[in-house]
Amino acid sequence: MGIVDRSSTQAMPADVVNVSRRRFMQAAGGLALGVYSGIGAAKLALADEAVPFAPNAFVRIDPQGIVTVIAKHLEMGQGIYTGLPTLLADELDADWDKVRVEGAPANTALYANSLIGFQATGGSTGIANSFEQMRKAGAVAKAMLVRAAAERWRVPAAEILVSKGVVSHPGSGRSAGFGELARAAARLPVPSEVVLKKPEQFTLIGNPRTRRTDSRGKTDGSAVYTQDMKLPGMLVAASAHPTRYGVTVKSVDAAAALAIAGVVGVVQFPASPRGQPGVAVLARNTWAAFQGRDALKIVWDESAAFRSSSADILTAYREAAGKPDAVWTQEGDVAAALASAETVIEADYYVPYLAHAAMEPMNCLVRLSADGCEIWNGEQWQTEDQKAVAQRLGLPIERVTIHQLYAGGSFGRRANPTADYLLEAVSIAQAARESGIDAPVKLVWSREDDMRGGNYRPAYLHRVRLGLDGAGELIAWHQRVVGQSIVKGIVFEAALVKDGVDLISVEGCADPYEIPNLKVELHTPTVTENPITVQWWRSVGHSHTGFATECAIDEAASASGQDPLVFRRKLLAKHPRHRGVLELAAEKAGWNQPLPAGAAGERRGRGIAVHQSFNTPVAQVVEVTVRADGTFKVDRVVCAVDCGIVVNPDIVRAQMEGGIGFGLGTTLHGAITFKDGETEQGNFDSFKVLRINEMPRVEVHIMPSAEPPTGVGEPSVPPVAPAVANALFAATGRRVRSLPLDGADFKIGT
Amino acid sequence: MVLTINGQSRQLDVADEMPLLWALRDAADLTGTKFGCGAAQCGACTVHVDGEPVRSCVTPVGDVVGKQITTIEGIAQDRVGSAVQAAWRELDVVQCGYCQSGQIMSATALLRENAAPSDSDIDDAMSGNICRCATYVRIRAAIHDAARTLA
Repeated sequence: MGIVDRSSTQAMPADVVNVSRRRFMQAAGGLALGVYSGIGAAKLALADEAVPFAPNAFVRIDPQGIVTVIAKHLEMGQGIYTGLPTLLADELDADWDKVRVEGAPANTALYANSLIGFQATGGSTGIANSFEQMRKAGAVAKAMLVRAAAERWRVPAAEILVSKGVVSHPGSGRSAGFGELARAAARLPVPSEVVLKKPEQFTLIGNPRTRRTDSRGKTDGSAVYTQDMKLPGMLVAASAHPTRYGVTVKSVDAAAALAIAGVVGVVQFPASPRGQPGVAVLARNTWAAFQGRDALKIVWDESAAFRSSSADILTAYREAAGKPDAVWTQEGDVAAALASAETVIEADYYVPYLAHAAMEPMNCLVRLSADGCEIWNGEQWQTEDQKAVAQRLGLPIERVTIHQLYAGGSFGRRANPTADYLLEAVSIAQAARESGIDAPVKLVWSREDDMRGGNYRPAYLHRVRLGLDGAGELIAWHQRVVGQSIVKGIVFEAALVKDGVDLISVEGCADPYEIPNLKVELHTPTVTENPITVQWWRSVGHSHTGFATECAIDEAASASGQDPLVFRRKLLAKHPRHRGVLELAAEKAGWNQPLPAGAAGERRGRGIAVHQSFNTPVAQVVEVTVRADGTFKVDRVVCAVDCGIVVNPDIVRAQMEGGIGFGLGTTLHGAITFKDGETEQGNFDSFKVLRINEMPRVEVHIMPSAEPPTGVGEPSVPPVAPAVANALFAATGRRVRSLPLDGADFKIGT
Repeated sequence: MVLTINGQSRQLDVADEMPLLWALRDAADLTGTKFGCGAAQCGACTVHVDGEPVRSCVTPVGDVVGKQITTIEGIAQDRVGSAVQAAWRELDVVQCGYCQSGQIMSATALLRENAAPSDSDIDDAMSGNICRCATYVRIRAAIHDAARTLA
């Protein structure tokens, strides 16, 4: 336990995370590649007779002029297969219609995420860590094409122009496509210095007509996800898992399963740090595998099973919230300030466990050989997964090859820090091989396997006590957070757990309001107390800290009799980006005009919230209508975002729209609950998600900026829940402090 | 078993009770139709049988022998389906894309029944198709866009 001076952490968690991750990377042995050395190293790696021009690890150009961009990040919907090639192709002045994208293999030396330290997609860092790297890669290629043309035409390179994949020399009237120059360019030395464009020279960056590269394949059925991969002789594996934590297999009767047509074998697999043990059925098709799995007769050893229920967990969390604990940040004297306060607000905010519930349930295709392993997967955590697989199989890391595919959503799930489903797939393939079944194996989880497979967004309780003085000024903020740590026991622990405080459990608390007396504490239950496996989920800690903080600040505003916008703005004097998006969203929503009334018996309300995550502040104004029967709907969300230079405005809008829908689904419906240790939800009938009939109108406004780009994949999620709760308060005078809101009844008199 | 898929006759060696989804994906190698829930809860597996949208994950393949099966791979042959795909591309509806085959099949069926659907008609017809990326704003817009193209 220690006291952290807030001035050193500045309650800017995203910065803390990034700096810490950088420190980790250096500690891990200089994995940090300068952008340039990454590019330089690539030529050796990718030089190939069949590839005429591959000046670095990120691009190759063939004789037909097709520009293939190698994407080091996973495309899981966020648009990175458009963003990365946009950066490269803009500096290259390529023809966008001739740009193709290919997923990079797992390779830390070439493809590390410079903000994480290994190859991974997460923390909304994709564009931020690639902005210069991809542009330089494109600029290098262009410089070489220009030099090849200059030498061929015997003209000064400075007189040569490049536009849309054509190199030309206006003075002599000569021109050539990239493809015609590719072979000559490939024979030239790679320049060590290149000049990048100024923003006003961008043609593809910031252009709303730079279209997604994956639209066609994802609208005609040809895009390939892990679920779609098939290899000759491949078997499909379906697994039976225990329904509780701490359970092992006692015995298996596989006779009925083996009798099913198409079933080839039954094998057991061991647990992994965040994965369950179990029994897998291998079959010639998916249907037979599922049928075989259902026919297994397994006796489980449940003597050490976890048997708590959600109510028990909440009771324990409430108890923990009553006791002092590890201090994350402290300023002034919060106890004295609360004692002297004119008004004290006390509130508990609770958020439940959540499943990621990506549309594509977890799966993984593995092919083992005598001395190697190949994996086909939508990989969010490439080189750590590669390492985990190599360890499990006792192979050198370079003998594990990972082929990148599209992921049908992820929201963090495919970045499991202990490679849970990959190790399950690998262990099944290994066990099969040892039992004489030598075939590629595709593990396919059912929806229920996926939803009951743990690795949830942890449940959190926030106990907040706020003090206002006689003038209605916020003088004290005391917040105690109770919930499991995602990073304890994984690669980030050393960097992200400081003095007993897991920084990503508290990132975003009270952020970034200027409050003279502030204290934030954290209680982290141990794995023995609570063995439920947990994992990052779109927006990570901000998914709950944003809710508690933005609801609490709203409660303070109304207790002080001030407008929620005005109240916030005063506390954000030193945070112009937060203020900017707050004011933009308020202006576009017509905050200062009365909200149009609803039909007879309806009550309407408008709520506001602002929260920064991953260096991107987002503000939202939400309008709700509460019907006469006490139910409600969200009508409209006006969103403002400041993400620095906008690489693709249409994709930024899409991420805001989608994140709002994703966040709204969990605000309204999302909860994983436990009864006697078992997950009560299994499919979309019990784990309800947002459907189109609940999707509000969404308007997105992007703050103009010349700053380097920051992330957009996650930051639109945190403000949704508090803005909805605050709107419901405005409509009804009642605070909702526990998610989801399903079952909340706003009938007058209830 | 002989099935008619996207206008072509296909001989498949599958049992009658196998869901159409797995017959298409595993036996006919048509993987555009997706597995999302296995329980008709999410709509990712939507195909057309004699022009009607069905959830292939709960439809035994034996029930569709002799019927016209259309999947995402064949929907471009249909005037409405082709307009829906074009609208999806024009508005860049997709994100992860995994649900979008099903969305396009459901949207095509809607526009065949109702040439000018309102937002409320769209919500009614499309609420069986989940999109976890929540591309719903653009799905509505793309259906209106396709309706205008077809008018």
